[in-house]
Amino acid sequence: MASMDGSEPLPPPRPVWDDDAIDRLLARLLQAGVLLSTLLVLAGGIVFLLHHGRATPQYSHFTGEPAELSNVAGIIRSAFRGDGRGLIQLGLLVLVATPVLRVAGSLAAFVVLKDRTYMVLTSVVLLLLASSLMAVVF
Amino acid sequence: MTTLEVTVLIAAGAFLAGLLGALTGLGGGVVIVPLLTLVFGIDFRYAVGASLVSVIATSSGAAVAYVREGYTNVRLGMLLEVATTIGALFGATLAGWIAPSALAVVFGLVLLGSAWFAAQPRPERVVESPDPLATRLRLDGTYPSLQGEKHYHVQRVPLGFGIMAGAGALSGMLGIGSGALKVLAMDQAMCLPFKVSTTTSNFMIGVTAAASAGIYLARGYVDPGLAMPVVLGVLAGATLGARVLATTRSALLRVIFAIVVGVLGVEMIINGFHGRV
Repeated sequence: MASMDGSEPLPPPRPVWDDDAIDRLLARLLQAGVLLSTLLVLAGGIVFLLHHGRATPQYSHFTGEPAELSNVAGIIRSAFRGDGRGLIQLGLLVLVATPVLRVAGSLAAFVVLKDRTYMVLTSVVLLLLASSLMAVVF
Repeated sequence: MTTLEVTVLIAAGAFLAGLLGALTGLGGGVVIVPLLTLVFGIDFRYAVGASLVSVIATSSGAAVAYVREGYTNVRLGMLLEVATTIGALFGATLAGWIAPSALAVVFGLVLLGSAWFAAQPRPERVVESPDPLATRLRLDGTYPSLQGEKHYHVQRVPLGFGIMAGAGALSGMLGIGSGALKVLAMDQAMCLPFKVSTTTSNFMIGVTAAASAGIYLARGYVDPGLAMPVVLGVLAGATLGARVLATTRSALLRVIFAIVVGVLGVEMIINGFHGRV
């Protein structure tokens, strides 16, 4: 990359994300997250359809989901009970967590790069995500 | 119809939406809600909840391929995510206060806007001169092309930031990815090359949707029985679409998609006004 004609040297190139070990690790984590989520939703779907497949669905009338399917503790409890709907919901939680994980990984990368501005910006995004997910935790 | 029959039909519809969304580059999320409400008569709130999680699925699924290509401008994505996540939290909160029929009208308008957008030719507007604010924020980058590494300079950061906040609010309010608006902000306002704006937008769509997903889950809008066929169908369709994408990117397909989206938009507005959604 150095200039060969003796003119002013080029500024050092910006680190390329593609070559970053963190980024490759992140891609693999993302892939694992989507795969795990798909498997949970698929397994839960099969259990759900075996038990409720012949019933008439009630999607045209909004009643809202019960607490056991709308907060983390309840979802984990019903998933471990082997409930189909609980397993699907756990898969969806994993899915929601994948982009959050990606932001956390970017924060780690900016810490390694000692990039103050983007450490702050990424932390703000993480805090905003956390404030939304708090609604599901409690 | 039984739950099994409805599930199979919804999965098939979601598969088609995901496939078309990936092939046209507009994302399938925007047609999921009209499909569920207009065709299957599902409550608007359940439809939005299912659509939102499917948006995350396509984004994270595609991100795996995009990260390897290395076009994503992570700094720009992160800066704009401050705008989209704030917008999303605001939109998702607002959605709880607005009647579903009114939201359906807004949704219809967004569909009409997306149809118009899909039919427009979008020239690539790469600018040679740097912008002071973008330089200070180190947003400029390079991308690989046939002629080697190419530099690009990000323009009009505040305008892009503002459009992104709006895109985030619509995403949170309607359970869509707002991909069209995100790409518009980056292609046209900030003058990014297509490859960079598409991958960076995809990166942001998942994070934006995750911001409102917590609120939707807690409010009981995400029904597992309904979300299951939607997520699996869209993910399968989008994955297949991304494979085919390398060989075909038909202009005809974009026109067909634009017409479908436009018709759905008119239907949503009419149904919203009659309070049938």
